[in-house]
Amino acid sequence: MNAASAARLTPGSVGIVTPRRIAIDAPLALDCGRTLPRHELMVETYGTLNTARSNAVLICHALSGDHHAAGLHAADDRKPGWWDNCIGPGKPIDTERFYVVALNNLGGCKGSTGPNTVDPETGSPYGPDFPLLTVRDWVRSQALLADHLGIARWAAIVGGSLGGMQVMQWAIDLPERVANAIVIASAPQLSAQNIAFNEIARQAILSDPDFHGGRFYDRGVLPSRGLMLARMIGHITYLSDAAMRAKFGNDLRAPTPSFNFDVEFEVESYLRHQGQAFVDRFDANTYLLMTKALDYFDPARDYGDRLDAAFRRAQARFLVIAFSSDWRFSPARSREIVKALVDAGRDVSYALIDSQLGHDDFLMPIPQYHDVLRGYLSRAADELEARP
Amino acid sequence: MSLRRDLEPIVEWIRPGARILDLGCGDGQLLKHLAGTRGVRGYGLEIDPLNVTRCIEAGVNVIQADLDEGLRDFGSASFDYVVMTQALQALQRPDEALSEILRVGRYGIVTFPNFGHWRVRLALARGRMPMTPALPARWYDTPNIHLCTVDDFEALCALRGWKIIDRRLLDQSHREGLGHRLAPNLFTEVAMYLLEAPRIKGFAT
Repeated sequence: MNAASAARLTPGSVGIVTPRRIAIDAPLALDCGRTLPRHELMVETYGTLNTARSNAVLICHALSGDHHAAGLHAADDRKPGWWDNCIGPGKPIDTERFYVVALNNLGGCKGSTGPNTVDPETGSPYGPDFPLLTVRDWVRSQALLADHLGIARWAAIVGGSLGGMQVMQWAIDLPERVANAIVIASAPQLSAQNIAFNEIARQAILSDPDFHGGRFYDRGVLPSRGLMLARMIGHITYLSDAAMRAKFGNDLRAPTPSFNFDVEFEVESYLRHQGQAFVDRFDANTYLLMTKALDYFDPARDYGDRLDAAFRRAQARFLVIAFSSDWRFSPARSREIVKALVDAGRDVSYALIDSQLGHDDFLMPIPQYHDVLRGYLSRAADELEARP
Repeated sequence: MSLRRDLEPIVEWIRPGARILDLGCGDGQLLKHLAGTRGVRGYGLEIDPLNVTRCIEAGVNVIQADLDEGLRDFGSASFDYVVMTQALQALQRPDEALSEILRVGRYGIVTFPNFGHWRVRLALARGRMPMTPALPARWYDTPNIHLCTVDDFEALCALRGWKIIDRRLLDQSHREGLGHRLAPNLFTEVAMYLLEAPRIKGFAT
């Protein structure tokens, strides 16, 4: 039995899925002042939209995610979608009850309009001419997608990390269109330390001679050293000190040191592998854009720097989840979100998941985490199904 | 779902439509009952992950938190009632907890097992730590580290200027009998208090 048939036979898999390219023909005014006359989004859906069109769940992806959240594209795929452990029949985001929509955000590099797609005005890739985006721009784009799909109100919007920021922005900007907002391992805005890590990642890309000011597509090169370095820095922040120690220790790969700069320690090997694998699947301009969207995120800014004032607009019920070993967006950042929601009088529950890995734990099938998600969403589905 | 007997007096104290914070809310039973019967809105604080999941499954707002870390995330007078049932005696500093309860809530509702009950006194007179229906744990595995009597509690309230609006002094079947009226500190097993903090006129909080 090959891996694919194994995956299909795995209970809870959505099976083979086919992404769709959806053209959004409405103009999209962006925070930077520019307007995109039209754009395309890559989308995958799982489950069935009910006749009331009320059971739709939007999945917002994080920095390097995309529309392929669950299932397999082909029978011989080595890996399923990035959140396959959570989305599927009988899983916490249950596709037997919900119609799940996952997209590649605008500015992404997996087929949605972005820096690596062709600008119809010039006939060549946008590259650095693609506008920088904000989380709010993504919400606007996703709202146009919802219109296209005929979804007036999401039963739930779910996202981890940068995805959680989109969830919060949705609840604030389009309160009547979100019933439940699930914010996982996120933050109400970036800390100076978060921005500092992003800036190092950007400088790594920008200073790569093969970057060519973002116009590397026509030159047949990739800023692979810069992008690899950016990803290596990112990975340090995704793992806890304890997890790195447990995984790699300070083990040398050889019995004795070799006194040079080759890969000698296990952790070096891991980081280089992660960096290299990323170069093969991600676009440098998109990475720059995503980190800037993170840096710009601050929904309180328009409300006198008061997050509670921003959340007073929201109507959704909130579920906020943090992970004990996450230091990138630590539980203290989630508690800031919860405090603002309580001050605003919103419905909110907060669960702190005992975890080991760090920020990456939001992608892991930790039983306590999945029980909380399942419990929350199955109740939401019950309420939905009780209503005519 | 029928409400736990010891929670019934609390329900009577809480006016409809109030905003409530339930400290150590367990599976969320009180909040769910109050939401259903009195239109009360609020949040539970709970440290146990299993209880947190149960609250979420029941549709009760729950915030996972350690009561010993205080209520600093909550604004002064931001709730009508702050409730804490049978947890006071397990805290590091019950006096600070009470003071926080009365800062965050306009009213505080607190229940605790009375260490002045005759069964407790009898056990101590025999030279052993008490194990009673209200205090079932053994001395070495009890979560209770700051037990007090009805008289101790009322003395603390007097000292800090916390006003006792109402109290219920109950036996283990949650009834008030003649003994409770004559010698409350001897016959009360579970003590329940409705408290109000002194507020300075002219100050919002």
